[in-house]
This record gives sequence, C-alpha cells and structure tokens, in this order.
Amino acid sequence: MAEMTYREALNEALREEMERDADVFLMGEEVAEYDGAYKVSKGLLDEFGERRVVDSPISELGFTGLGVGAAMTGLRPVIEFMTFNFSILALDQVINSAAKMHYMSNGQIGCPIVFRGPTGAALQLSAQHSQACETWYVHSPGLKVVTPGTPADAKGLLKASIRDDDPVAFMEGELLYNLKGEVPEDDDFVIPLGVADVKKEGDDVTIITHGKMVNVALQAAQKMERDDGIMAEVVDLRTLRPLDVDTVIDSVRKTNRAVYLEEGWNYLGVGAQIVSLIQEEAFDWLDAPLLRVTQADVPMPYAKNLESLAKPNASRVIEACNRVMYR
Amino acid sequence: MTTDVATEEDQVTDTMHGVKPDTARQLLRDMLLYRRFEEKAEEAYAIGKIGGFCHLHIGQEGVAAGCIAPLRESDYAISAYREHTQAIAKGIEPKRVMAELFGRAAGCSGGKGGSMHLFDIEKRFMGGHGIVGGQAPLASGIAFSIQYRKLDELVVCFLGDAAVNQGAFHEAMNMSAVWDLPVIYVVENNAYGMGTAFTRVSRNPIEEKALSYAIPTTVVNGQDVLETYATFTDLAGKVRSGEAPHFVDVRTYRFKGHSMSDPVSGTYRSKDEVDSRVENQDPIALLRATLFEADELDQETLEDFDGQAKETAQEAFDFADASDPPEADALYRDVYAELNPNGRLFFDGLDRPDFAR
Repeated sequence: MAEMTYREALNEALREEMERDADVFLMGEEVAEYDGAYKVSKGLLDEFGERRVVDSPISELGFTGLGVGAAMTGLRPVIEFMTFNFSILALDQVINSAAKMHYMSNGQIGCPIVFRGPTGAALQLSAQHSQACETWYVHSPGLKVVTPGTPADAKGLLKASIRDDDPVAFMEGELLYNLKGEVPEDDDFVIPLGVADVKKEGDDVTIITHGKMVNVALQAAQKMERDDGIMAEVVDLRTLRPLDVDTVIDSVRKTNRAVYLEEGWNYLGVGAQIVSLIQEEAFDWLDAPLLRVTQADVPMPYAKNLESLAKPNASRVIEACNRVMYR
Repeated sequence: MTTDVATEEDQVTDTMHGVKPDTARQLLRDMLLYRRFEEKAEEAYAIGKIGGFCHLHIGQEGVAAGCIAPLRESDYAISAYREHTQAIAKGIEPKRVMAELFGRAAGCSGGKGGSMHLFDIEKRFMGGHGIVGGQAPLASGIAFSIQYRKLDELVVCFLGDAAVNQGAFHEAMNMSAVWDLPVIYVVENNAYGMGTAFTRVSRNPIEEKALSYAIPTTVVNGQDVLETYATFTDLAGKVRSGEAPHFVDVRTYRFKGHSMSDPVSGTYRSKDEVDSRVENQDPIALLRATLFEADELDQETLEDFDGQAKETAQEAFDFADASDPPEADALYRDVYAELNPNGRLFFDGLDRPDFAR
C-alpha cells in the first residue's frame, strides 16, 4: 500500500492503462500542455506524446462525439470533461450515440469509452458549476456510472472502467482530488464494477451513499458512534450502474432502517431509485420510513451561508438517522 | 481553327466526365436498383409492412451511387436517416436492408434499428443516425481512429442540408480541420430541411459553411452521377495522399416527401417545382440520356437492367416478408457489450432472460 491523493490515484490509473493498452488515449480541454485543469493528467503528455494525450477545442459536444466515433472503431478513448457541468452540452452524443450504439446496431458496434471529470459542488462556484450530474447519466440504459469516493476506489474503478467494453461515466469530485488514502501498489489492482463496499460496519442504521458523500457519511457515522454509541453502517455503492443491490438489501435487513445520502437534487435522484428497490425487496424488514438527505431543491447559490444551507452535511445525516431510529 | 470549339469526341468525353462506359453502366444499374428498392419500400409502407418513420431517397440516387462507388471496401460511410440506398451502395444486401425496414431479425441491425439505424460493421457502414448533424462528430472520430492507427482508409459522412445549422456540425468541422482528419463531409443539398427551405434559415449558402474552417469545398451536381463519381474519385485520392478533410456541397432534389407522412408538394414547395425537377433532373433519366447519346446503351440493355433491379427489389420484399421478427429475448440483448456479473444493470423489475440479469 502507498499513501497518495485521489488525484495521484487517478493519474496512476491512467498511466498504467495507457501503458497496458495502446488503444487508450486521453482527450479533453487542457489535458495535455496544461497538465489538466485539475492536474489529473499531469506528466502524461511528456510520457505518451500528443498523439495519445490530446488537447481539444472547447467543444464538448464535438469532442465527445469524436470520442464515440473513435470507440465505434475500436479505440478506447478517455474523454475528460473539465467538469460534468459542461457535459450537459455533450449529452446528445452520450445518450443518443454512446449509450445506444451497441443496441441499435444489434451488438455489431461497441462503444468502449470513459467520460470522466468532477461532478457536484466545490466551494462557492455557484449555480452553473455546482451540479451533481449522476441522475442524468444513470437514467439511460446502455451507460454505466461509476462514482469513487476514495483514492483506492478511484484507482481501481478507473482501471476497470477503461477496460470495460461499454460507455462509462466516471464521476469524480473536485473536493476529493486532495484527499489522501492508502492505495494498493499492484499494477493490476482493478475493482470490478457493480461491487459496493461497506465502508463502516454497524447494526443500528444504514447510511447508503456514493461518491464524495461517502466521506460525509463516515463523518456522521463516527460522530454518532462517539457521541451516542450508535453504530451506523455506511454502504458505499461505488457504481450506480451496475448496482450492487444485494449489499444494500443485506445491510437494511440487518439494521432495519436506512437513510440515503447524495449530493444531487432529491426529485428522482439516485436515492429515489434506491428506496424504491429497498421497499420492493426488504419491505418486511423495515422498522421506519426510508429518508433521504440531498441538496436543497434549488440551483446552487453563491453566498457562503446559503451554499452551506443548500448542501447535505454530516449533521443533516445524523438528524435523518435519529428520525429513522425514532430518537 | 479555334480552340474553344470542342470536337465531337471531346464532347462525349465531357458529358461522361472521364468515367469509363462500363463504370457508367454500373452506376446506372446501381441507381435503378436504388429507385426500385425505394419504390418497393414505399409500397410496403403503404400496406403496413414498414412502420415508424421512413425517409425515401428517390431523386437523390446519384448521390449514393456517385459518392460511394469510388470508395474501397475498407473505407467507411456514415449517414443520417435517409440512408437506405447508401447502405446498399456500401455493400449491405438489399434483402437485409428491407428486412430491417420490416423490423425482422434478419435485418442488418437485427430489427432493432429500423429505417433510421442501418448498420453493418463488416461493410463499414456505420449507421443510420437520427439526430440531425449527430453523425458529423462521429465521422471525425472514425477518421481519428484511422489516423491514430496510420491506416490508408477514409470516411465519407453524409449530412442533410439542415445539419449545417447544428453546433455538432461546426464543432466536427473545426476538429477535423485542426487535426487533418481523413474525412469527406458530403452535404446532400436538396434545398429543404424537412419543410423549411434552406434559404429561409441561412443567410449564406451551404458551399460557404466550411470555409471558415479552411476546409476545401467542392460543389457538385448530384443529379449528374458521372460528375459526382468523378469528383469523389478525385477527392478520395486527395484524402489518401494526405490532403484532408474535404467538404462537398452536392446539389440534389428529393422527389418524394420528407417522410411517408409528408405530401410531396403543396405546402412548402409547389407542384410545378417538383414536377419540373422530376422531369428535368432525374439522375437516372439524365444518365440514360447521356449513355444513349454516347451510344453506350441500347433500349434492350436498359430494360434488362431495370428488370433485374425490379427483381432484386421484389426479392428483398419477399425475403423481408418471410423473415421472422426478433425473438422476445432479443429485447434485453446487446444493451451492454459486457454484463458485469456483480451488479444489476436493469431496473424495470420485469422477468427477463438470465443473460440480462
């Protein structure tokens, strides 16, 4: 194991997969000469050259479609969105081309491509730069959606996503890039898609979450344990499609109570799907209604105090846990 | 003797655009097949054998024949949704195209694509795309692959004239130009985007649309298949020698409505206009006349060609009609190329075959 940041873990994953497979290339805004807007691609231009690390014009729809066309002919593009906020411009190519190509060509034409970059809010970036975009991607069959919350998961899941034969939206977090953690040093450290991870075990209540919010859930769980002796179990989905339903159901059947925590909006958010699955498959085990902690149902405001009010945080998670435990 | 008077021999050469008589006769046969195929599709639609949208290429056959015939098998073609004849031109058997229109398992997309999504990776026909202009960046990407792998191949990307007002088109033009990608963008300029005359939605003509990206532009009379063929032979050679990308404004005309639900004339274009084009600008009639005049075709041969085209179209119809629809378990097949064994990929709660769980 080696301690590294989430950013370094992603960088290692990219480097190793580009070394492993000559068909992998990286394209996006500022990925080459600038070393990446968030430095995730640092050093890759020097190592792999401009054929494989390509600065694109600011044309999200265009370079996304170009990536899809390259994937249709067998290359394995990694398309970096400076942030997923900008990917909204590219959604036609993601949804109408990438997600449907294999199906509408009757399996003749694949689309092994990774769209990656940060999603969700950072600090005071206001309405157009602070959106959690998971729902827009996970809604569409044909896509896979991966949301690592730790450096180790970032590395293992990015390697798996690049090797996967389908289009993958790989959603990082701007506020995660400096997060440090232990990462296995094995070159072949790959975390299969579709395997959730119980980040903390507990018997009293389940907090289910994904991406950046894993760390908020852990803060809440640790505080509940420290202050009140309550043992919350934190289930990190890690990938939203494919979804490890069994791990979620097993945990809920153990604790009989659950809260979904996510960064995005509530209405038809990821949590809406998860609570639907839980009531379908663990109804008789539930001792309380399922609650969700999400962003306020408003565009993200700029003012610091309003932004704090809009975002989910550990104390709101604790409040929700207390409610489902009738405390 | 003055030099501006062409000899009789020169005139013949000129109307043939340097295309050999054998090639010209083959182009005639190709176009006859496309015409008869589309007429058969029209007939099948009328009796409910084909559903959904169906966009016929009648009147524009010279574009499919003239642009694709000069290509190699290893070259790619990609198109929009008026692509039946282009798919056939690129080598997909007419019966597999017709079966796709009928929604049958034997169709070139297994019955899952339909009229607008014809695919055949073996023939390098890369679809059949239904969002106007969406195929332009895909073509850039295929060309990027070719360049990345240093292959001697190229892409021809067909677009309707309305596509030049889409952002995807302009972004693709820019990237293809910046990276010298081996692609020829072909605007099938039939003067109308659905029911809107192009001149009503653009201040400048199509031929100027790629100039701001410094892409060389050629204007071709698409109703003259020999001119089109000669131009694309030349352009393909240029792309292979490293001079790329290219942009071509192919002037053509749609003899039928935008789709099957659209009247041929009456709302956005007059009957006189359509009648005049059908009478004077039919690519098949024009080539026939050229070949007759050059003494390279006789009536008997023409009738023989047309008889074969009709027969092939009928065979395609019969094949499609006799083919089975896809099996029910095809519903969930091929949504994904890789079924990750650990997680759930489908969420509708329906019973489904094991492979899709």
